[in-house]
Amino acid sequence: MEENKIINNPEQTPQASSKMKIQLTKENKMKDKKWVVYLSRYWQLYALLFLPILYLIIFKYLPMVYVQIAFKDYKFRESVWALPFTKNYGFGHFIKAFKNADFRYAIRNTVVLNLLDLVVGFPAPIIFALILNELKLPKFKKVVQTVAYMPHFLSWIIVASLALQLFAPSTGLVNVAVKALGGEPIPFLNEPTHWVVTYILIGIWQSFGWNSIVYLAAIAGINQELYEAASVDGAGRFRKMWHITLPGIKPTIVVLLVMALGNILGSSFDRPFAFQNNTVMNVSNVISTFVYSYGIKGLKFELSTAVGLFQSVVGVIFLLLANNISRRLGERGIW
Amino acid sequence: MTKKKLKGLGTGDYIFVAICVIITIICVLPMIHLLAKSLSGADYLIKGKVTLWPRGFNLDAYKKVLGDAKYIRSFWWTAFLTLVGTLLSLTMTTLCAYPLIFDKLKGKGFINILITITMFFNAGTIPNYLLMKSLNLLDNPLVLLIPSCLSVFNMIIMRSFFYGIPDSLRESAELDGASFFTILLKIYVPLSKPVIATLALFYAVGRWNGYSDALMYVKNADYYPLQLLLYNVINNVSNIEVATQEGFSTPGLSETLKAAIVMFSTIPILCIYPWLQRYFIHGVTVGAVKE
Repeated sequence: MEENKIINNPEQTPQASSKMKIQLTKENKMKDKKWVVYLSRYWQLYALLFLPILYLIIFKYLPMVYVQIAFKDYKFRESVWALPFTKNYGFGHFIKAFKNADFRYAIRNTVVLNLLDLVVGFPAPIIFALILNELKLPKFKKVVQTVAYMPHFLSWIIVASLALQLFAPSTGLVNVAVKALGGEPIPFLNEPTHWVVTYILIGIWQSFGWNSIVYLAAIAGINQELYEAASVDGAGRFRKMWHITLPGIKPTIVVLLVMALGNILGSSFDRPFAFQNNTVMNVSNVISTFVYSYGIKGLKFELSTAVGLFQSVVGVIFLLLANNISRRLGERGIW
Repeated sequence: MTKKKLKGLGTGDYIFVAICVIITIICVLPMIHLLAKSLSGADYLIKGKVTLWPRGFNLDAYKKVLGDAKYIRSFWWTAFLTLVGTLLSLTMTTLCAYPLIFDKLKGKGFINILITITMFFNAGTIPNYLLMKSLNLLDNPLVLLIPSCLSVFNMIIMRSFFYGIPDSLRESAELDGASFFTILLKIYVPLSKPVIATLALFYAVGRWNGYSDALMYVKNADYYPLQLLLYNVINNVSNIEVATQEGFSTPGLSETLKAAIVMFSTIPILCIYPWLQRYFIHGVTVGAVKE
């Protein structure tokens, strides 16, 4: 800034400008001093941040270096930077992946299972929250809530083994009951269609209680006077639910729905892996388990990295789109 | 419950109560069934006679689980991982969240971007695996602690809680000459007990229930956490010892044993979470509904 002034002012004598320069260096020194003062006060904050930032750089950013092998021919013991690009301008592994039937199945299964989770599972916590909100016995309500949160705290391994115990073809409780009633045992976890239905329903069982917490909080934020006014006008329970509670939690519903839509190609590992078995691989193999079996077990690093990168990039695009849609609907964005 | 309260209930209320009773039963039924199985005699189990009440009550399965060094070892190992991992994660989360509430922190915008990117873009399974390999963390017990020691989502929950603590408290302490360390330890940590309890629960449950890190990065069965051991036992994965011991000779006992192992590895969490309920409800709300 000071220098600009000198240039823009033609009347300045050389003497004056040298004076200005002295001032300038002085100010620089002041600036340095300011930094010293700032750091002498705030260095502690940077010291506190040191470990978390180091963690993020090593465990979140450093792996991105290895993303290159999606475009290269991986060789053990060689720096990833030095590796040559693979054929088809580096996209050879992507082409191979899309020619791979297992991978195409994995994409289909990921999308189908996520969509089913969304269509069947998304309304469940909302309905549960609405029901809970109608309960007038506070203690009973609390017990119901505590019990409904329980499945969320079970690991997927535990949930899957509970499912096996309940739904096993010969010894499972449900099939024992079916047989006692004269029916044929149902292959809940051993036949593709049955497996999908069981998988989705168990997912709802595990999460509906936990996911209702957000909606209950949103319901608690609704102005109580609205209900009183509606009562005065003679509105019944369901009209209040429909015209006050649901509109009141609409913003929460929209944000969570859009987030779920943005995550349609996302796939967790723990849940599908715990439920998979050889009889239903065609419908149960999702992208995350595909990457595990091809990459870590099959050591096909390049192909699995390409698949992972594809999933990440598409995931980011979907999330940005979802956020955009959420804003256009007049709701707050996700971020 | 007083009669007055009951009188205030209409038919509609009873319907909702009934629905909730059914939901509650559906939630606990599988656990009760499993508990009954774990306490039953093998003969009853094979015939499928055990439903919700143990038949031929005995504690053999539990005795076997508690007498097997493999399970006990894995239990304590998982407990150790959970405890140390939770403390580590809480420390890291606090260290990350606290400096970011200071507006005067230079480079805050940049750090926030650095953090946000990791929420949306993950390098992926294989790059992570190759990183662990290059850091010599494969088959190293540290791989079960360090790589997942900070969750950015949890950090954001903690930060928004910190934001809720009045600035005036901090500023008056600053005027009194307290350092930022002191302010963190004497003001922020004591006032943040609810969010710390919530995140402790989230981290602890994640550690106790998690198995994918061990599945991908650890081959040495000595370091298997309980859930992975459980997975292998239930699916009879390459564990010849287990199969010959309990599997082939008396198939029924294997079922009770499985049930007992499941109960054994679930009970710790089921005993803890109800006590933290009022805390975690708050945590979930902060995480999902931005204020």
